[in-house]
Amino acid sequence: MNFRKYLFILIPYSWLVALFLVPFIIVVKMSLSDGVMAIPPYTPYLTLTEGWAGITNFFTNLDFENFIFLTEDNLYWIAYLSSLKIAAISTVITLLVGYPIAYGMANASNEWRPTLIMLVILPFWTSFLIRIYSWMGILSQEGFLNQFLLWLGIIDQPLTLLNTNIAVYIGIVYTYLPFMILPIYASLEKLDLSLLEAAKDLGCNRTQSFWLVTVPLSKAGIIAGCFLVFIPVIGEFVIPSLLGGADTLMIGTILWQEFFANRDWPVASAVAVILLLILMVPIILFQRSEQKQREAE
Amino acid sequence: MFMTIFEPWNETNSKPFIEFRGVSKRFGALTAIDNVSFSIYEREFFALLGPSGCGKTTLMRMLGGLEKPSKGQIFIDGQDINTIPANKRSVNMMFQSYALFPHLTVADNIAFGLKRSDMPKSEIPDRVNEMLKLVQLDNLDARKPHQISGGQRQRVALARSLAKAPKLLLLDEPLGALDKKLRQETQFELVDIQEKLGTTFVIVTHDQEEAMTVASRIAIMDQGKLIQIDTPDLIYEAPSSVRVADFIGDVNLIEGNAQKMANGKMQIEWAESQPALIADSSAQIPNDGKITFAIRPEKIAMTKHKPDDADNAVEGHIQDIAYLGNVSIFKVRLTSGQLMNAQASNTRRLSRRNFTWEDKVWLSWTETAGIVLTK
Repeated sequence: MNFRKYLFILIPYSWLVALFLVPFIIVVKMSLSDGVMAIPPYTPYLTLTEGWAGITNFFTNLDFENFIFLTEDNLYWIAYLSSLKIAAISTVITLLVGYPIAYGMANASNEWRPTLIMLVILPFWTSFLIRIYSWMGILSQEGFLNQFLLWLGIIDQPLTLLNTNIAVYIGIVYTYLPFMILPIYASLEKLDLSLLEAAKDLGCNRTQSFWLVTVPLSKAGIIAGCFLVFIPVIGEFVIPSLLGGADTLMIGTILWQEFFANRDWPVASAVAVILLLILMVPIILFQRSEQKQREAE
Repeated sequence: MFMTIFEPWNETNSKPFIEFRGVSKRFGALTAIDNVSFSIYEREFFALLGPSGCGKTTLMRMLGGLEKPSKGQIFIDGQDINTIPANKRSVNMMFQSYALFPHLTVADNIAFGLKRSDMPKSEIPDRVNEMLKLVQLDNLDARKPHQISGGQRQRVALARSLAKAPKLLLLDEPLGALDKKLRQETQFELVDIQEKLGTTFVIVTHDQEEAMTVASRIAIMDQGKLIQIDTPDLIYEAPSSVRVADFIGDVNLIEGNAQKMANGKMQIEWAESQPALIADSSAQIPNDGKITFAIRPEKIAMTKHKPDDADNAVEGHIQDIAYLGNVSIFKVRLTSGQLMNAQASNTRRLSRRNFTWEDKVWLSWTETAGIVLTK
């Protein structure tokens, strides 16, 4: 009986070990290695043929050199801070854009709701890369947006949007908006309308009942949406490398450059390990709030 | 001992507190309220009673400002309520689902309306405590709604709706979610609280026992119309129409032709080869003479032999017995074919019961026991 119980738990745990823990250990090990011009481009290498001596040799050759290097070069911690800043600002913008959309969807008539949800999910059916490429088409000097604004006569010279931080923010907000809308919509849809009537009955006008009843009761959705946007955006690299410019500094792009342009796998791994440590803080906070929410229910 | 009887509706000079004047409410093609006019007086405990979908909740929601009448006017304290926004009226509502704010504690729920009133901040905690005492929940102020029982939630909802000391409190099926025993206890508590505060209460319910227990007057609604407004005893003993008689309690309805007799009483032909029923009624007989005679089961006496001095007596046999504990309902098939219910109090233990299935019995009643209905 007990054996079967453990067997059931064993299956998901072995998946976690194979798909998460083993690659992570490899990355950690790489971050403690030294870069060399070879294939693979790092050393030491664990060789079991040399027996015990090989193993001790392997461990004595690991060091924290790469992490020390990261603290010595300003570029890295500036990139980390810049990523956090971009993630925080785009989370706020996504919330400001997403909340009214979710609110409108939750207040739409029953026959419209499935269609509206469909429209939010629809972009996922197209490749993410293609969608970012089309933003390049929209935001470039001769792009649709500039042509449209010129035609309207609002501007007389095309705006430089592509390869700036503005384009990065637009790309991020566009891409991550559904992750904000859906959890907020889910919490707003559950909202008991008689609570709003009660608030009105007790003397609230519409603005007051929105801030005192609707917002607190959709808090769980807001928190979930914010974390679902914030956490992946910190490590985002496709959007900044395609839409961003020289002054767009994000740790995801640095990581990519270290791996592929610089071929310095050990430093790239060290960047990845620190990124993971930074991400763990919001992930733990997110899980805490989820748990509190579940206890409250 | 001298006692003033509270009957403002019978006094010619009393001013109504709430007045409906020709109020109609339509939702699309559906007419929820159809040209309703009536008055409610101060300190009244007024019940709106009717089957679900009769429009009683819509009527109350209009009083609370949650719906606007399509036609007609509603006055509270002489003021047309359309001219005052809902959050400025001295009207509060207790919702059927209680609508307690799940993210706030019991005390914060009660304080919610006070914080939005002109009450100074320093007085709010005292008022909250006063309300908690009123509904006997003093020790639960820090709990959240999901941490208390259904009965306690009902009390919090009541305390919250009374906290602003409204002139009018609306209660939408306030006890619907409670079990029967708790509901009966709470009904009396509601009446006590209402008498203590002197607030006008309007309650919506589909439970006639509840309406009879709490209300000073009951308005019976059906399909958007008010069909009778009266005190509970008059609603029961003197219904104005067949529909009211049928809706409130159990009743036997016998259709027949009525004629005035020389002594002013009424003689009702109701079945062939059966003696006419005699009723003492002042009802106006319509031209075609068709009336409905209504008699409550508990007004009927049941005997083994024909009583000698009864005003009315009919013969039949017992077809069914419903034993309800305190009373038994006998379904008696008359020789003329009709089925009549007679009720008997179970003053004796079951083993010594007089009647059983298929027994031949006589049903009898006095000439004032029934009502002649012409509508």
